[in-house]
Amino acid sequence: MNFGIKSNISKLIAKKTIYLGISFLLLLFIAITGCSKKEERKLSRELNVYNWSYYIGETTIKDFEKEFDLKVNYDNYSSNEELFAKLQTGIAGYDVIFPSDYMVKIMIDQKLLADINIENIPNYRNIDRKFINLPFDPGNKYSIPYQWGTTGIGINISEISENVTNWDILWNEKYKGRITMLNDMRFGLVPALKKLGYSVNTINSTQLEEAKQLMTKQKVLVKAYSSDTYIDMLKSGDAWISYGYSGDIYQVANNNQDVIYVIPQEGTNVWIDNVCIPINAPHKYTAEVFINYILEPKVSAGISNFTSYSSPNREARKYIKPEILNDPGIYPSEEVLEKCEFLQDVGEATKLYDRIWAEIKSK
Amino acid sequence: MRQLSQKFTFLFPAVFWLMFFFVIPLTIIFVYSFFERGIYGGIEYVFSFNNYYRVIDPLYLKAVLRTVYIASLNTLICLIIGYPLAYFISNQSQRKKNILLFLVTLPFWTNFLVRIYAWMIILRTEGFLNNVLLWMNLINKPFEILFTDKAVLIGMVYGYLPFMILPLYASIEKLDRNYLDAARDLGATPIKTFWRVIIPLTKPGIIAGSILVFVPSLGAFIIPDLLGGAKSMMIGNLIKDQFLSARDWPFGSALSFIVMAVVLILLMIYLRFGQTVSEKLYSNK
Amino acid sequence: MSVRVWKIYFNIHAGLIYSFLYFPIIILMVFSFNQERINAVWTGFTFNWYETLFKDAELLNAVGNSLLVGFFSTILSTIIGTLTALGMVRFRFPGKKILDAVLHLPIIVPDIVMAIAMLSFYVFINLILGLFSIIIAHVSFNIAFVAVVVRTRLAGFDMDLEKAAMDLGATPFKTLRYITLPLIMPGVIAGALLAFTISWDDFMIAFFTSGVGSTTLPLKVYSMIKFGVTPEINAISTITLLFTMTLFFIAMRLLRTK
Repeated sequence: MNFGIKSNISKLIAKKTIYLGISFLLLLFIAITGCSKKEERKLSRELNVYNWSYYIGETTIKDFEKEFDLKVNYDNYSSNEELFAKLQTGIAGYDVIFPSDYMVKIMIDQKLLADINIENIPNYRNIDRKFINLPFDPGNKYSIPYQWGTTGIGINISEISENVTNWDILWNEKYKGRITMLNDMRFGLVPALKKLGYSVNTINSTQLEEAKQLMTKQKVLVKAYSSDTYIDMLKSGDAWISYGYSGDIYQVANNNQDVIYVIPQEGTNVWIDNVCIPINAPHKYTAEVFINYILEPKVSAGISNFTSYSSPNREARKYIKPEILNDPGIYPSEEVLEKCEFLQDVGEATKLYDRIWAEIKSK
Repeated sequence: MRQLSQKFTFLFPAVFWLMFFFVIPLTIIFVYSFFERGIYGGIEYVFSFNNYYRVIDPLYLKAVLRTVYIASLNTLICLIIGYPLAYFISNQSQRKKNILLFLVTLPFWTNFLVRIYAWMIILRTEGFLNNVLLWMNLINKPFEILFTDKAVLIGMVYGYLPFMILPLYASIEKLDRNYLDAARDLGATPIKTFWRVIIPLTKPGIIAGSILVFVPSLGAFIIPDLLGGAKSMMIGNLIKDQFLSARDWPFGSALSFIVMAVVLILLMIYLRFGQTVSEKLYSNK
Repeated sequence: MSVRVWKIYFNIHAGLIYSFLYFPIIILMVFSFNQERINAVWTGFTFNWYETLFKDAELLNAVGNSLLVGFFSTILSTIIGTLTALGMVRFRFPGKKILDAVLHLPIIVPDIVMAIAMLSFYVFINLILGLFSIIIAHVSFNIAFVAVVVRTRLAGFDMDLEKAAMDLGATPFKTLRYITLPLIMPGVIAGALLAFTISWDDFMIAFFTSGVGSTTLPLKVYSMIKFGVTPEINAISTITLLFTMTLFFIAMRLLRTK
């Protein structure tokens, strides 16, 4: 009997040791393979890209797939906030994303972005020095400039007799029902704030109240608040004055002689979209290869020629259509850019902006 | 024993699924509603009633009232134009009934957004309707319908009408025609028959249809955004904004639960506290 | 006399409503053949957009995803919903009132709330977003719709028929298969159709819970807003409609020969 128990105990001890040993070996194995995965410079079979819609060249993705023999899963989002909502969950699974300036900072602070290994992106040197080391990502550890632009006014000159040089046209009663504004609580307030001479990042509630009054006064003249369908309206002639994005309006202007893009003299906001890699990206190395690819001069130019936005890629300028390069709306002078501001996250004051916007909408 | 295992087989799947993939998710965001928004939009796990206090605010209450108004109007219109149609269908031959019902639902097989775009194309200033009316010289200046409340209402009625018609039809179809004959024999005019006999007997359908139209209307925001030009603040927009642009999930959660609470209260009043839901919906009392 | 008048009124009313329902649909279909991209002026007949539709891999992928999601969520929710409806009508058990209430809850929860709740839950259990995450959510609210429809059908159902069958020696399973199911089949089919339509049309849930490569048709259409929805969308809508109509007529034929 005693023998039985003793041998049982020793059997137990033996079992435990074996299990421990195996677990240890397994952990070692995982650690080794895990480590090597990080240094692995092997191309994966697929890449998950999450981008704004119509924000890449017509054949860029297909060309990339062909050249590197892999499959790209390409999904779209329509706002930075949408991107953020998906990304902060940690279960979205994307490798490449394109957040705007202020969103990059937010994501860095929330530790959602991966360190980009610049060694894998030699084409990084093609970027114009002007766009490197911007305040939202010093040292460009997490982001690489993609496209930049401004917001301004699209004017249908066959219907508008005035010579438009400032924001006032958006408040002109003559054009009641023909004006559209961006439907966003930050971008949407830019015209009012700039017209009043304030910063687009102000958190001063008096200044915001003033802007709110202006916007409320304007409301009867506004046909619609829209960040996307306004392009169609400008095209079809439903809208004659649209506050919108440079590249979007340029695309309409390109096909319609009557439409022009104006940057008001009070200044406006300038924005820059960036390529980033989420921190849990399943295919990090491939993502870096992709980023390097889109920085190639011809590819980059292909993208800018299609989107009509401004390129931060100095080397790509050689291949960009001259009519775009020469358009002061797309490549404004230094003078104009001086008066333009980047939007920045306003932290706690976001609630204030949200409330102001809600008040404007509910009048 | 067999009874027990039978009950189990029939009811367990739903209980399991709804518990894990409905009740628990809702509980999670209910819990969120008691936390605060982090500086950058995450969640700060600090317990507070703050979010619920914020809702008690004329701005938000105004949005709620406005939404309830439009949703009620929508339900009423759907009821008024849906009832005669449901009645008409129920009086047809079996074959015609099926075809007509199918035709009511067929538009739904295109896509929700696509249907709304279709209306945008029709209703806009340079759109189809105006072009035709101008061409026929019926009007001199184009109608500004798109981006007004009228357009929103048209879009909503269009989107939710089948939800009213189908339950109405189900109820009307079960009507025992003998009741109608009896009423007629007793000398009642068609109108009297309608109000005194038909409507009461089809109450379940009216209630079901009204709920199926009213409730989704409350949460709608795509129709007001697209057809209304995003010019008014409705509850749906408000909630969506919290989860997206304001990055304030706790507040959004609080708003959502308040809305659901309001709906529940309204429903309870409507269904008259006491009778169970099923008695009200599934019987002919 | 006045009965005649009412009949005429009902006919006209029906005609008007159907015209209202189909007016945008007809426009959609007609303009799918329009040469011009802008859907307001007719410039000429063409099959162009149907060609580009079939070459548009992303759009076709989205349609495929919607079909997959619709198919699986319908099957699951119809089975669970029907079982539940039967269970609720047949049995008594503690907590029945609570289950009753919970069953009807999905109908009153706004879809954006449902979407956020599901997303939060998926984060909790660390489920990678994809088609699966959409399907699960769709089943959740479709169970309620199917159950409601089937129960409405059951409401007029004579329970005695089941009892009679069982008295005559049929097992509960056989009763279910040969008596109950055929009788409630119209309700089950109606429920399934409703579930599929809701799934096919859903935007909000897919918006928040879709993952890599799981863009459904509504999401794809939404992403096309920017430059105006191209007539490819009209084309796909036309095809969907024609396809559904064909299915329906085939089904009608089959039912008639029975």
